[in-house]
Amino acid sequence: MKLNSITAIVAGLVVASTSAFAGEDSVLSIDGQEFITQAAAPAHMENVDTIYSGWVFRTDETQALEMDDFDNPSFVFVEQAEELFETVDGSAGKACVSCHESPEVFAGLRAKMPRVNDAGELETLPELINGCRTERMGAEAWKWSGGQMSGMLALVGLQSRGDIVDVAIDGAAAPFFEKGKELYYTRVGQLDMSCANCHEDNYGNMIRADHLSQGQINGFPTYRLKNTKLNTIHGRFKGCMKNIRATPFKEGGEEFKALELYVASRANGLMVETPSVRN
Amino acid sequence: MAKGVKPRVKVPKSASAGEAITIKTLISHKMESGRRKDGDGNTIPRSIINRFTCAFNGTSILDVTLEPAISTNPYFQFEAVVPEAGEFHFTWYDDDGSVYETKKAVKVA
Amino acid sequence: MTFTRRETLAIGGATLAVATLPGKLMASTSDLIAGVTGGAAASADGIELTAPEIAENGNTVPVAVSAPGAVAITMLAGGNPTPGVAKFTFGPGSAEQSASTRIRLAGTQDVIAIAEMADGSFAAVHKTVKVTIGGCGG
Repeated sequence: MKLNSITAIVAGLVVASTSAFAGEDSVLSIDGQEFITQAAAPAHMENVDTIYSGWVFRTDETQALEMDDFDNPSFVFVEQAEELFETVDGSAGKACVSCHESPEVFAGLRAKMPRVNDAGELETLPELINGCRTERMGAEAWKWSGGQMSGMLALVGLQSRGDIVDVAIDGAAAPFFEKGKELYYTRVGQLDMSCANCHEDNYGNMIRADHLSQGQINGFPTYRLKNTKLNTIHGRFKGCMKNIRATPFKEGGEEFKALELYVASRANGLMVETPSVRN
Repeated sequence: MAKGVKPRVKVPKSASAGEAITIKTLISHKMESGRRKDGDGNTIPRSIINRFTCAFNGTSILDVTLEPAISTNPYFQFEAVVPEAGEFHFTWYDDDGSVYETKKAVKVA
Repeated sequence: MTFTRRETLAIGGATLAVATLPGKLMASTSDLIAGVTGGAAASADGIELTAPEIAENGNTVPVAVSAPGAVAITMLAGGNPTPGVAKFTFGPGSAEQSASTRIRLAGTQDVIAIAEMADGSFAAVHKTVKVTIGGCGG
């Protein structure tokens, strides 16, 4: 009897140790909804078989913070954005709610972003929000990674939480996809590294005491324990570039927009987790 | 009053008399420790929530003294007894003298 | 299983480090506990402290304390610039004398919880939390 239980424990340990990383077998469930945190890689990815949400690379404690909307500190900023949604700003005397009945009308949008518009331009969520502010409301554009913008991105993105990421990469999007892909694989900076060196070649491995993730952006904006605020996609790209001692591209610039399209498409098949919690 | 401070509380809407319920609270606050320096090398003065209290119909449930080691956006979870219908009263005290309050009514089924 | 000379040295070094570390921490931990109890002995029973073995980021470490029948629980972190973390004083409306919060830890150290019981006695517990250094942190 005793021997059996010891054998079972040992067997359990062996199984656990064959996992690539800590949370690979954990299940992300928020308010009773189960999330897909690993899926077959989309066909366009040549070097990766399985895509993983960044959530699976985190410790139990960090994972738990995303599993309850009260424990998730992002929701303080979501609530602030709900107020902003109804706050009149600008010369036209309008609020978001003057045109958009409620944040729920944006259900599904986050899963498709970024996308190419009718004019053939690549557009991102912050640009849609600032477009409304400057053109319809007569208000000042928000700073790309400022508190108001990241909160509104979280509120809008939340409406698509649980939707499968489905970013278009063909047709009009193809040239942007190709440009983003090239950037992803181009070594830059003093450390001469590309995105792929960490997030494709070494995900699951330790970088000092951290688990490297695949660098998926399906949960952005994300609340990071490191800086205790919501972090935008381009803000995170910028941070990565600084880490490899490169001069970061501009937030909202053509390079990061194309890179966002490419990186977003690497999560096609995972679910939108906005607003997520990471370390 | 510090900018952008917003309390959140999670309390069940109803309980049975004498039931123990779980309360969660969070307030958005930077909890500036007083140990950081700005770009010019000057110490950023301490600015934290230094006390949090929760009472039900005037009866104290929890009184917390906070030090700068409490994380940004202070979070507390604790258990309270609901002896009768009434109101929870939550209060946060800021170093700058501001007081943030919120109340939640509970029905007894 | 065989080890090379280099591996053996590494293992020996690690063992030595592990063996010497707790002694140093224990001393300051017991001093901190005595500071709260006023030198009175603290029981090891009747108080529980839940904290992660390894914290992914020292900025936000989830911790929970529980001491049935306690009047107050003081939480300390000996390795921080100042050891104070929080003091929870339980009123008559508290259902059980427990609380959870999120704390800052400047590095790997002991987190300490000391409960003051209704009869004036004390109970104390401590747990080492390893705080990791982020890979990039960008």
